[in-house]
Amino acid sequence: MTELPRITRRGALLGAAAVLAAPAISHAQSDVVRIGHLTPRTGFLGPLGEFAVQAAQLAAEEVNAAGGINGRKLEMLYEDSVNPQTASAKAERYIQRDKVSCIVGEINSASALAIGQVVQRERALFINTGANSDALRGSDCRKTMFHVEGQNSMYVKAVGRALVEKGLIKGKKAYALTADYAFGHDLLKVAKRFIDQNGGSIANEDLVPTDLTDFSPFLLKLRQARPDVVVVNLAGAQITNFLKQYSEYGLRFPVAGFGFDTALAWGAGKGNFLGTWPTMWHHLIDNPEAKKFTAEFRKRFGKPPENQAWGDYNAVKIIAKSMNDMKSTDPMQVVAHLEKGAKFDVLKGRESYFRARDHQLMTPMYAITALPPEKQTDPYDIFTSSGPIPGPDESLEAIASTPEEAACTFPS
Amino acid sequence: MELVFLFEQVLNGLLIGAYYLLIALGLSLIFSLGGIVNLAHGAFYAIGAYLAVTLAPSIGFGGAFVAAPVLVGLLGMVIERFLLRRFYRADPILSLLLTFGLAMVAEQALRMIYGAAPVPFSIPTALRGQVFIGDFLLSQYRLMILGVAALCVLGLWLLLQRTYFGRVVRAGVQNPDMVGALGISLAPYMSAVVAIAVGLAALAGVMLAPITGVHPAMGAEILTFAFVVVVIGGLGSFWGVVVAAIIVGVVRGIAAFYFPPATEASVYLLMLLVLLLRPRGLFGERIAKFE
Repeated sequence: MTELPRITRRGALLGAAAVLAAPAISHAQSDVVRIGHLTPRTGFLGPLGEFAVQAAQLAAEEVNAAGGINGRKLEMLYEDSVNPQTASAKAERYIQRDKVSCIVGEINSASALAIGQVVQRERALFINTGANSDALRGSDCRKTMFHVEGQNSMYVKAVGRALVEKGLIKGKKAYALTADYAFGHDLLKVAKRFIDQNGGSIANEDLVPTDLTDFSPFLLKLRQARPDVVVVNLAGAQITNFLKQYSEYGLRFPVAGFGFDTALAWGAGKGNFLGTWPTMWHHLIDNPEAKKFTAEFRKRFGKPPENQAWGDYNAVKIIAKSMNDMKSTDPMQVVAHLEKGAKFDVLKGRESYFRARDHQLMTPMYAITALPPEKQTDPYDIFTSSGPIPGPDESLEAIASTPEEAACTFPS
Repeated sequence: MELVFLFEQVLNGLLIGAYYLLIALGLSLIFSLGGIVNLAHGAFYAIGAYLAVTLAPSIGFGGAFVAAPVLVGLLGMVIERFLLRRFYRADPILSLLLTFGLAMVAEQALRMIYGAAPVPFSIPTALRGQVFIGDFLLSQYRLMILGVAALCVLGLWLLLQRTYFGRVVRAGVQNPDMVGALGISLAPYMSAVVAIAVGLAALAGVMLAPITGVHPAMGAEILTFAFVVVVIGGLGSFWGVVVAAIIVGVVRGIAAFYFPPATEASVYLLMLLVLLLRPRGLFGERIAKFE
């Protein structure tokens, strides 16, 4: 016999009270402007989400210290986006229940795609700070979605330039290890195109499951194949594991990464970081604004900021500045303002702007190269950097996708 | 030539088996004796790894290698005494929920204390290096892991087969009521078994910390594999777990060689196959109290 759970009168009353009270808590005042921050804080991208949240906090404090947005206080809300389904549900709740003026964040390309669909339907603003897939700027672009994070094409062309200079592409055969999900597939496609165009070839390619933690079978395959260069299209915690084990097995082939986050190299430990990698920004950039941001972040959180922190910090700053300049929080007015090519200082000494065609931020990138193991004495300063790519007298579009590579028509 | 490469993968697979072995043995022990499916077992592995990172600067890697398993073993005793003990005879779903909750608490606690980003940790310089057997490349550090794992397996087997302690535990697995009727209280034995089991998980954490990312979710990552090993080997079977760990390592290596996207999936396929052919696992014993 099954017994039905007994509902007591007191229990029922408490339950009812909780249900009734909930909406009353959620929006109390309208003298604030809300930004909903939404990014993965658990799972294999969780390590990066932490930097994103801390940087957004810092940016919001600075915005409020400077007078807020149109005289109103900026209030940040934070959520873990978990996976595409949850990301979509939380984005909807942010817009409908919390009445946020903008959603900022995301790292996972599949989740960013889901949020893009929600903001399209709801006519809400979304600034993507960490999802790289070219498709988000091409076939899946949205009128109200903007990208502070670079696209895969930019990552490949930026680091590709450094690799060509080092003689690692032309006439060389590469062994590619690629994360087996949307981001990796997109990146592999773009990387292949670049290597082909520059006279190299990918001789071997392995798709690696995202939950793989032991790379030893692949390291043995690498050693047998004897490639001229190892191309790494991995993501999240995979990169840390790969670096640690590559160094454990003492392999000597040059390593070229096409997707990267500095925190993952820091997490590998002393002497384990090697190769050449692309990044949107790093803490050693020699420019007064970058130094100030680094010092401030270090003071607050006890570690330097990395590229993901850079993305979320600037996204919050860009939105606040745009709304102040327009004296409005209306999404369509902000879209028009950004599409007109409004310029922003993004801690690189060169003003950056969103390209109207696909809403990608046009901004220089950097190629960083690991110091030799014995010189990696500081836990964070473990690399040297190229100058900005493209260089100061080149168009910022030089590394971005061409209309043929990724065409965008905004759906109405 | 291809056969030689394949053989190298098989050899490497043996090494990888040692990875899962220490964790799977503990899982199997706690389940056999207490009837508890310990979903928090991966958390003890993660705590072991973090302890290694925390203790190594002051007492060295060798010190952490000894201290971390002992500390985690003590923690396991406390948890056994105040939490697990209440659930040995209860509906298994309750202990499943409890240990699942514990795993989440531990993961979040690590995230709050150490942050979500991976914590840097490397192989001590003295243990670094590669060994070449003919043209085969082996990591010196992994050979050391294999050695330690083999010693642990041997020690545990002797403890269970050749001591009074082991006889009581084995009797407790088969028939706890009869053990009680003979006037032996199983409670202290259970405490000791949990301490040993989670201590082994922590030892695995210490040894793997230098070659895998030390981050809060690392426990959840390895736990699934450990379960698969226990299921393939057969519940209650000591050597079943050992053999299964080796087979899993080898199958993974072969899959990575021929069809990389299925590196992880191959192990689950293997489990499916084993369960279809031998529902109790390779060497599973009939345990009266679970029938």
